[in-house]
Amino acid sequence: MKIESREIDGAVVVALSGEVDLQHSPSVRKHLMDLMFERRPVVVDMALVDYIDSSGIASLVEAYQMARKNGTRFILAAISAPAMRVLQLARLDKVFALADTVEAGLQA
Amino acid sequence: MSTDPPSVEVINLNTHYGDRQVLKNVSLTVKPGEIFVIMGGSGSGKTTLLNHLLGLLRPSSGTIRILGREINALSALDMQDLRTRMGVAFQSGALFSSMSVGDNIALPLREHTNLDETTIGIVTRLKLEVVSLAGFEHLMPSELSGGMIKRAAFARAIVMDPRLLFCDEPSAGLDPVVASSIDDLILRLRDAMGMSIIVVTHDLDSTFKIADRICVLDQGEVLALDTVDAIRNSPNERIQNLLNRRTEEAEIDPDAYLRRLLGEKEKLRDEPASRRNGL
Repeated sequence: MKIESREIDGAVVVALSGEVDLQHSPSVRKHLMDLMFERRPVVVDMALVDYIDSSGIASLVEAYQMARKNGTRFILAAISAPAMRVLQLARLDKVFALADTVEAGLQA
Repeated sequence: MSTDPPSVEVINLNTHYGDRQVLKNVSLTVKPGEIFVIMGGSGSGKTTLLNHLLGLLRPSSGTIRILGREINALSALDMQDLRTRMGVAFQSGALFSSMSVGDNIALPLREHTNLDETTIGIVTRLKLEVVSLAGFEHLMPSELSGGMIKRAAFARAIVMDPRLLFCDEPSAGLDPVVASSIDDLILRLRDAMGMSIIVVTHDLDSTFKIADRICVLDQGEVLALDTVDAIRNSPNERIQNLLNRRTEEAEIDPDAYLRRLLGEKEKLRDEPASRRNGL
């Protein structure tokens, strides 16, 4: 699994790729929570996520909740089909702020 | 369907309880992402087969591979590691009565991962949402209905996002509406998580709703292993009897019947002739 961050227009685009599973989700959590503590607006690019398990989803939930508290932007963008199926299983597609593309997420 | 190696492979499995052979040359394969139903009447060997797949029994002979690992050749440590990739929803729920629902569900994560307690809490509540038990984490198992216990057991079985999920009689003892909701849950889990799911049941409605393929066990043997349509249309009389809930009159062996009535030892029949004759 890879986590790559880049800054665009003052926001941080965090691109996740590969399998976000029990082994890797703690590093995703740390990466996202560090950005949340810095109160940075974040767009998570999930186009290349092959698989995400519940611990990965939990990391996104925790970061999203902190963004809401801080009043900062936290958007899941370009969600791959396998990741979307897992979000839909727990009806979290109705909870997160979603965007079809990273560009749309940056403009939201 | 994936072209990955099978999730489960059983080759010529034989097992005995004492002198009695319970499984006879059972062979089957479960593909990744498949819902595979093992069905049969009482005493057909379903539960024994399930116990073998879980690594709880050692066979007399034969090979069992789970997620590519031959389980009877694994060390205890390797078996434990393999079990973290398997989930089991037991017929009775098997929840720890001294723990809350939430603690029951969180237990595998606390035992087998180093996840932060906040993450464990979110995953636990996520699973309760998935099984429609949101907000029940503080209740004790004794405060749940039968259907809720089944769903809590499912939540615990899937909390580690297993690659392989076993369900033992998931609809037993439930009313038709709750039983149907458990079937829907099994279908959603497979579709969302890509799990292979093995269901042991004698519930025909449930079987026809969820199965990709069905293995019919009869007296310890695989009577048929095929798709739902093929099993439904099978010309085999025993399968049709099972599907149409017709009881079968067992063929009478007059000698054995008399021996039973007279209280003589049934076992003599199975002993080698040399021993019976005292040679």
